[in-house]
Amino acid sequence: MDIQTLTYLFVGASFALYIGIAIWSRAGSTKEFYVAGGGVSPMANGAATAADWMSAASFISMAGIIAYAGYDASVYLMGWTGGYVLLAMLLAPYLRKFGKFTVPDFIGDRYYSNVARTVAVICVIFVSFTYVAGQMRGTGIVFARFLEVDVNVGVVIGMAIVFFYAVLGGMKGITYTQVAQYCVLIFAFLVPAVFLSIMMTGHVLPQTGFGATMLDASGNDTGVYLLQKLDQVVTDLGFTAYTDGSKSTMDVFFITAALMFGTAGLPHVIVRFFTVPKVHDARISAGWALFFIALLYTTAPAVGAFARMNLINTVNETQYEKLPSWFYNWENSGLIGWMDKNGDGKVQMRAGAPFDGKPDYVGSRKDVQGSHGERMLKNAPTDNNSEVYIDRDIIVLANPEIGNLPAWVIALVAAGGVAAALSTAAGLLLVISSAISHDLLKKTLKPDITEKQELLAARLAAVVAIIVAGYFGVNPPGFVAQVVALAFGLAASSFFPVILMGIFYKRMNREGAIAGMLAGLLFTLSYIVYFKFVAPDMNSAEHWLFGVSPEGIGTFGMIINFLVAFAVSRVTAPPPEHIQHIVEDIRVPRGAGHAVAH
Amino acid sequence: MKEENARAYWAANVRLIITYLVIWFVVSYGCGVLFVDALNHIHFFGFKLGFWFAQQGTIYTFLVLIVMYAYSMNKLDRKFDVHEE
Repeated sequence: MDIQTLTYLFVGASFALYIGIAIWSRAGSTKEFYVAGGGVSPMANGAATAADWMSAASFISMAGIIAYAGYDASVYLMGWTGGYVLLAMLLAPYLRKFGKFTVPDFIGDRYYSNVARTVAVICVIFVSFTYVAGQMRGTGIVFARFLEVDVNVGVVIGMAIVFFYAVLGGMKGITYTQVAQYCVLIFAFLVPAVFLSIMMTGHVLPQTGFGATMLDASGNDTGVYLLQKLDQVVTDLGFTAYTDGSKSTMDVFFITAALMFGTAGLPHVIVRFFTVPKVHDARISAGWALFFIALLYTTAPAVGAFARMNLINTVNETQYEKLPSWFYNWENSGLIGWMDKNGDGKVQMRAGAPFDGKPDYVGSRKDVQGSHGERMLKNAPTDNNSEVYIDRDIIVLANPEIGNLPAWVIALVAAGGVAAALSTAAGLLLVISSAISHDLLKKTLKPDITEKQELLAARLAAVVAIIVAGYFGVNPPGFVAQVVALAFGLAASSFFPVILMGIFYKRMNREGAIAGMLAGLLFTLSYIVYFKFVAPDMNSAEHWLFGVSPEGIGTFGMIINFLVAFAVSRVTAPPPEHIQHIVEDIRVPRGAGHAVAH
Repeated sequence: MKEENARAYWAANVRLIITYLVIWFVVSYGCGVLFVDALNHIHFFGFKLGFWFAQQGTIYTFLVLIVMYAYSMNKLDRKFDVHEE
């Protein structure tokens, strides 16, 4: 069978599985729709959380970013895992004990205020839509590359699948599909990584392989450590050494912190811990989640190092006509571009961009070719000697081809990419729909609706959310890449501090929480908007506050939130008696019933 | 008495959290960010140690911390008789 047929088969089979699970796990009540009835086992919840958390970006882009950025990319590895420690110790068990359905639920009740609830709802919707637009686009791109359909058709197929199991099954359907999606995506990520590791170092585990010595083409040990060799090769070509960073320590520190606290404050992650039966399940479930995430996150840096080494060995100083066929294929899809600046017919990989922007070809390959058969580019060349543009996203997608792996592995990677994008999109859509039907409608605008009506409203809200997300997938706003920093910054500067203080600081009151959230939010928002949109040409280290980039500014926003909230709460009235009792109650595990309807 | 017990339980929990978060901070921000250059002079198998912490070691440490915390808390819940049935 050819790759095309295999891919259809793998992706089709995975879809059939998801739909089957959706029908089996239909939601019958709001409790099932919002928190899967509160009866998910800690391990299943861990796998679902991992699939929810690892998006198309984790699956497709992260190893590629590491391959190019080396040590600098560590901020993502540490930042996107360290938040689970905070979740396990500071948030998840107490929120589970509190036993409601959503994050705005907690903020609204703990701070006895519908203003606080509404601010939280707006943040939830904003943060989640930012994220989901990227996921829908990711689904479309995976479809386009592997199934040769139009990106927009891909988005619509993705929408239809998510529609089916999110609207029908709610959190219950989503949870069990995410468990299946986790299995698909992790298998798809590990198989090529293990193959590559064996091929390059003889180690089965990529985690130890990338710290081992390299094998030569005939399988004999060369005695040279992979990372040492890689450092030497990339420095020779003019790049920063792979294991060294180019960002300032201050910036690395703040970005890592913003990602960690942002992770702990993201509503679609927090809400997953409402689905387990007990408080101690919530604690260990965070451990399971991190275990499942770590399988991918500790493999990704190995894949990055293998891919960088492979890429340089295969491509650098090679005559264009002698390159392997994947090079030409990805050149066709616009993700590779070569400009023979010195006219020697060989591809030179050097530090710096070879030309401005992404490849923009003249005509089609059939009609217009350079003297070696390469596609001609319209882009303006830069004045360095770097000749080739290789999109980071192809590292994971092209790895099986670069490593000459069998066709079924390529099909598997396609199914994995789709699973990663769909699982995250579904989790986010659920958070959006429950924020609208539960927090806005039931708790604020129309408290007298029946459960049946609320469930219907939740389903309708999910439908609307999917359509809006699909619209963004088809017409991606140009700012999607930039606003991901915003999602983490906002989560770190708004939710994390108020939830934490709601549990650990009994004296924190309504006035303090609202003032803190608004201060943190406004500061972070204006800093990012200023550098990303108002004055993008000022976006460099010498203009940043204390040398902290917009990606890391959420940490500052968080500190401002804490300080403002504390100061305001000291000069205003303490929270009423019954709120202090709520706080005392959530601190003790005993008595956590199933999530209560109210 | 009941209130005192709850207060003592909470104090013990906060002490545990602080201990584990100090380790969390030292390993990730210390070994992975602030002292990474110094640690990179040490070799650990084929890795520079600082680089290994930043891309592997911190993640393993996080996992161990969560498991240890969950285990210690289960013990603490029983000790103060606040565990779930």
